[in-house]
Amino acid sequence: MSSREGDINTFFLVMRRLRKTLITLVIIFAVSVLGLTLVPGPLGENGEITRMSFFHAFYFISYTATTIGFGEIPAAFSDQQRLWTTICIYLSVIGWAVFVAAVLQMAQDENLQKAIRSSRFSRRVRNLGEPFYLVCGYGETGRHICQALDNMEFRVVVLEKDPSQVAGIELQSFRSEIIELAADAANPEVLEIAGLTHKQCRGVIALTNDDDTNLAIAISARLLAPDLKVLARANTRETEANLAAFGTPHIIHPFRRFADYLSLAIQSPAAYNLLVWLTGLPGTRINRHRDPPKGHWILCGYGNFGRYLAESITGDGLPVTVIDLHPDGMKATLEAGIHWIQGDGTSIDILTGAGIADACGIIAATANDIKNLSIAVTARQLNPDVFVILRQNSTVSRPLIEAFTEDIAVVPSEIIAQECLAILTTPMLAPFLKDLYQADQQWCATLLGQLTERFGWDTPEIWSLRINLLETTALYRRLMGGQNVKLGAVQINPSRREQLLDCRVLELDRDNGARLLLPDGTIDLRLGDELLMVGTRSARRDFEFVLSNDHALQYVLTGKDLPGGWIWEKLSSLKG
Amino acid sequence: MNLEKVIFGFFIVLAATLNFGFFIGDIDNPEVHDIYELFAALVVSLIVTLLKLGDRTQIGAIHLSTSLVADLQLIAAALVWGYGAHISGDGMTAARTATIVSLSGGALFANVVSVVILIAETIMQRR
Repeated sequence: MSSREGDINTFFLVMRRLRKTLITLVIIFAVSVLGLTLVPGPLGENGEITRMSFFHAFYFISYTATTIGFGEIPAAFSDQQRLWTTICIYLSVIGWAVFVAAVLQMAQDENLQKAIRSSRFSRRVRNLGEPFYLVCGYGETGRHICQALDNMEFRVVVLEKDPSQVAGIELQSFRSEIIELAADAANPEVLEIAGLTHKQCRGVIALTNDDDTNLAIAISARLLAPDLKVLARANTRETEANLAAFGTPHIIHPFRRFADYLSLAIQSPAAYNLLVWLTGLPGTRINRHRDPPKGHWILCGYGNFGRYLAESITGDGLPVTVIDLHPDGMKATLEAGIHWIQGDGTSIDILTGAGIADACGIIAATANDIKNLSIAVTARQLNPDVFVILRQNSTVSRPLIEAFTEDIAVVPSEIIAQECLAILTTPMLAPFLKDLYQADQQWCATLLGQLTERFGWDTPEIWSLRINLLETTALYRRLMGGQNVKLGAVQINPSRREQLLDCRVLELDRDNGARLLLPDGTIDLRLGDELLMVGTRSARRDFEFVLSNDHALQYVLTGKDLPGGWIWEKLSSLKG
Repeated sequence: MNLEKVIFGFFIVLAATLNFGFFIGDIDNPEVHDIYELFAALVVSLIVTLLKLGDRTQIGAIHLSTSLVADLQLIAAALVWGYGAHISGDGMTAARTATIVSLSGGALFANVVSVVILIAETIMQRR
């Protein structure tokens, strides 16, 4: 079904509902007009009986039936005509009343409202003339992403199954209006009217809680719009495998991601801290916590999340004890050599039995926030030094979790949002982070020390830029002219030359595929280079200004101001 | 038998017959074209249009379009009559009568098409 057809179908739906009342109105009008032309009017000049013509009768009934009531036009009525008019008045009032009631009743109809909303939605999407992203699922994560995309001046189209969540969008303040619809994104038709195949669509982000829906979205995108950037969330291993089989380039798996983080944090705390600092949500401060210890861990809750954690901790060569109420995972864990206790992690006996007194850390990873808190509190009572990792499932329990001084709170929605944003805003960041996993601990610690000393612990601005005509006009012209420009020579404040800009190049990618990590200032810039930068917001603005403005670049490189304007340029060339 | 189909058929045929009744006779003689008949044809034609609304089949679409054509022609005829009888001041001249009647002739053609479709539809049904 094309969306235009949808509009017309809505129109027909309305007409069909109103058909009976419209016919009633036509009949009432016809009878009234006809009657008025037949009823004898006042006597004429010659004593003959005059009658109203159709034209006058139609005119009279039109203004009477609509209760405008100009009076008796064109001439005073006879009593017979007045009698008939009285009947007409009541007839027409009833007709209009029935009509209005039918319209009101129809307007309240759920299906019709849905049809109207969906046709309005598809019209707005169709008329979008600027780049946009299609976000499926507007929960906690969806809100973060929409906010960030909006900040980046992209338009956002949102599909969300739950109408109450959709209503919440209007309460949020966004720069440009979000186009939203309450519909199931698993339906390819819905995706199509939401602009999946629209030529301005830049990407699809599938964030719903339901893995099957995310999979369906990824498949639809793959088949209907193969070139589109697709980000899909997966909660289970099976979905992840399915998504990968369908060639989804960016699969976001919050639990696996956190398990990797934890493993990194245990193995190489500096690399972990660096990673958290680089990928923090904009405008947040990194909570520094003590480094997770190496030793015996207790894991409460062996669900989807627990499985990944158990794997990654044993992968690090550390002993784990799993506590879970249901014996489903027992066989697998015992086979993998993991100690298993069946029971409730909130009970003192079970925790003591699991060896909480000697354990170095506990992870409360059940799907119930209150239970997680209870486990954490009990564990702290039994062993005050224990390292606590707490999983937060819902936003509602955030105040409770914040009140408890845990070491790490795992918030899946934030992990997903961070990852999505990193992929969308700075594609260069992902490979850099991958390098961090393998990097030497000492190297990471030095880098982290340097960076946080310079920029503080607030989330920094991370951006990437490419040396080309569009993004760095001035530098491009110079390089085309055969000049050599060193990297260090452009990282200078364009208003005060003796000041360096508060930014640093993390990585420089050459056109030929070479990747230079942390290049120093003596390196030559070349056309087509891509830079991954970290710094402050104002440094970013200044840096982009230097590279795109001839005057600023001239000043930064030589310390001399270029003559501004055409006349001064001519004059100075005469003098020179 | 279906009451709805009876009413539908009835109005379609009635629209055609009333239209025919108005149309028949010397084209420029106002005496033989009764204005009441034009009024009845117009009203019935409007009702037929409303009855046809909302049928989304292919035949339903053709039905609706023929009916809209008939409406347009008859409304145009009624406007010409109103202009002649009340506005121009020279009454129903032969030329004006001819205009009205030929407009209603066009509507008659559309109505005939409607009737033909109705018959075809009926014949195609195998029960």
